[in-house]
Amino acid sequence: MDRAQFHIRDLHVRFRTQAGELHAVKGVSLSVARGETLAIVGESGSGKSQTMLAALGLIASNGVVTGSATLSGQELIGASERVLNTIRGATVTMIFQEPMTSLDPLFTIGQQIIAVIRRHRKLSQSEARAEAVALLERVRIPDAANRLAAYPHEMSGGQRQRVMIAMALANRPDVLVADEPTTALDVTIQSEILALLAELQRDMGMAIVFITHDLGVVRRIANRVAVMRYGEIVESGPVRQVFDAPRHAYTRALLEAEPGGTKAAVAADAPVLLAAEQVRVHYAIRSGFFGRAKRVIRAVDGVSLTLRRGETLGVVGESGSGKSTLGRAIVKLAPASGMIRFEDRALVPLSRAEMRPLRRSLQMVFQDPYGSLSPRMTVGEIITEGLLVHEPALSAAARDRRAAEALEEVQLDAALRNRFPHEFSGGQRQRIAIARSMILKPQLVILDEPTSALDRSIQKAIVDLLRDLQKRHDLAYLFISHDLAVVRAMADKILVMKDGLVVEQGPRDELIRHPREDYTQRLLAAATQTGFLAG
Amino acid sequence: MVLFVLRRFLSAIPTLFVVVTLSFFLMRVAPGGPFDLEQPLEAKIMENLNRAFGLDRPLIEQYGRYLLNLLSGDLGPSFYIRDFSVAEILLKGLPVSMTLGSLAILLALVVGTTLGVIASLRQNSGVDYAVIGFATAGVTIPNFVVAPLFQIIFGLMLSWLPVGGWNNGAVRNIILPVIVLALPQIAVVARMTRASMIEALRSDHVRTLRSLGMGQRVIVLHALRGAILPIMSYLGPTAAALLTGSVVVETIFGLPGIGRYFVEGALNRDYTLVMGTVVVVAIFVLLFNMIVDILYALLDPRVRYE
Repeated sequence: MDRAQFHIRDLHVRFRTQAGELHAVKGVSLSVARGETLAIVGESGSGKSQTMLAALGLIASNGVVTGSATLSGQELIGASERVLNTIRGATVTMIFQEPMTSLDPLFTIGQQIIAVIRRHRKLSQSEARAEAVALLERVRIPDAANRLAAYPHEMSGGQRQRVMIAMALANRPDVLVADEPTTALDVTIQSEILALLAELQRDMGMAIVFITHDLGVVRRIANRVAVMRYGEIVESGPVRQVFDAPRHAYTRALLEAEPGGTKAAVAADAPVLLAAEQVRVHYAIRSGFFGRAKRVIRAVDGVSLTLRRGETLGVVGESGSGKSTLGRAIVKLAPASGMIRFEDRALVPLSRAEMRPLRRSLQMVFQDPYGSLSPRMTVGEIITEGLLVHEPALSAAARDRRAAEALEEVQLDAALRNRFPHEFSGGQRQRIAIARSMILKPQLVILDEPTSALDRSIQKAIVDLLRDLQKRHDLAYLFISHDLAVVRAMADKILVMKDGLVVEQGPRDELIRHPREDYTQRLLAAATQTGFLAG
Repeated sequence: MVLFVLRRFLSAIPTLFVVVTLSFFLMRVAPGGPFDLEQPLEAKIMENLNRAFGLDRPLIEQYGRYLLNLLSGDLGPSFYIRDFSVAEILLKGLPVSMTLGSLAILLALVVGTTLGVIASLRQNSGVDYAVIGFATAGVTIPNFVVAPLFQIIFGLMLSWLPVGGWNNGAVRNIILPVIVLALPQIAVVARMTRASMIEALRSDHVRTLRSLGMGQRVIVLHALRGAILPIMSYLGPTAAALLTGSVVVETIFGLPGIGRYFVEGALNRDYTLVMGTVVVVAIFVLLFNMIVDILYALLDPRVRYE
């Protein structure tokens, strides 16, 4: 007998859009059996999520699905909403990438879990409540009975994802579809969630379809893998076989896309460009009847660092560690105390006006290439805006020439400078953001997670570009990231932060090979397990 | 929670003070006075009148006296509607305006959200277009057109309802004015509900509900609870405006509410009457904003009381 539980055969998804029909999924076939984990890998837009959403009837209303998806012989494509509602949540469930928004913020997690249980099983309120407590304990939410009354915003991202898993597994489904469930989480939490899923699978024996862009995760948890591109499966098979001997060129490209190589060290006598001692950023939170009582949040609490010309310092930490605040403090975008010296000038006492001429040497590139470019300005206008401040005497023609040069420097077609940001992909936008800072010929660039919102292959290209620019212009980088693989490829030195404090600081290879502190070891272990760092 | 209400209450006092001060002096900046008639009064009579009402005193003294009286709840005598105090006038008219206004708000909330939800669930269908069309018409056609039209159709041609009069608030008499008052609000609420429901139905947590097999009823309930929040923010100040009367509707239907005193008082330079209406409206606005904030905090656990 065929032991596969869940079959998808020749599935097509077409979206009717104003620009015409978009053929998002083109004849995908796959199957997964009980106790097995199938990973679907691909970059954004490959159709990996749409395939599974379509199979469960969860696709947007302008989507048309053809083909077949069967669960234990029951056809799902074309089934009525009523029939699907008896299957979804009971025999097949799904968890999603966004732990922050996937739970209803207006209902307690207890209300939400109990509703799912009682929807599919005939249990009384108190029986369902007991069941919900047991589920929360199962996904290791501490103090489960009391946490039922908590609202989602009172929990961390990792805990919310645990609650999502509890809801998805509440009725012991045969198939769990997990759509990038760990992508939005810190590495250590990611590692815990993956371990939890594997453990629950051993206990309950369900099949897991794991959608991800992250090959490291695939290596760690999947039995079989299907690689998708442009709505098609280009290669599939057992994980080891596909990874060790990829047959398709795209699979090989994906495997090679993990950022590699390291940066050449700078000369020992390179001049110190930036020196910071005991930098602190404290925020006072007012509360109480008339705002008298104060609580102080120590976002950055006594960080010291030095950076030489041509050197890169990688600042690593999980969300909330204060790494981004440190970056902003150095360029005086956050209120800092302590000593920050750039070349021979102390920055902390400078006024806004005194700081302004220095800003052209101290540039910043942000994580979100979608939010950090004004949608109403052309690329040329965005790039040259800084010149209006720092070189006001420049003629319009000269500015335009500089814009063209800057775009060429980041390997974009200079003819594109009259277009608007929405016409560009995420990777291209990040190049535009880099061009915006490069046009001012800075000496130090603060890079705040510049690759985190991008696909792996694009990350690699941006890392290559940044290293190339650094070599050409003798730039110093402060590279802020949670991603150790990218930091290893970029940095000379690494500084690990947690709760506003420096955990450990040292040369790249020494810190990665021989971490002294417990927290660094845990961070590295999590990264290695989830494949951020191979080997 | 109690602390939250108390603090909101206390912070309303300075706002009220600013409103009273501004309107007091703005009224006095306007040329003319309460006793300037088409036929000018004799200088002696004018002088006596001004003395009798304390208008001969320095402005700052008048202001101080008004504030003191206000603190003890005295809104002063009306300058134009002789022999009546402002408090008497407002207390007589307020129940009429509040009855009409509260019924209109209730109607707008119930009918508006229902239409909006139906339209959002049948997006781009005939029903949806009908609701959008109605919403556009409701906002664009002014009430001084709708009101006489209703009087002609339902009052004169069909003889179903009286064309006007208060008649001690008989149901037959208030149906038309309430509908006329509510129509534009129904339209706005329907449009807002539709828009925020469509957004809510596309949200991640509704996708979660669908992925867990929850039915349409549960999904609408969850989406509506989130969608209702912006509507409340809109309805708060709107309710304050409706409860304090509408000049047009009260005039056309011949109703003894307080809405018309605003215009009458201002035209006649009836300082105390205008100040009285301003105080009442300001209190209503502050009160309803506070009610909205409290409801918001009750409905959305992310809003803190502190």
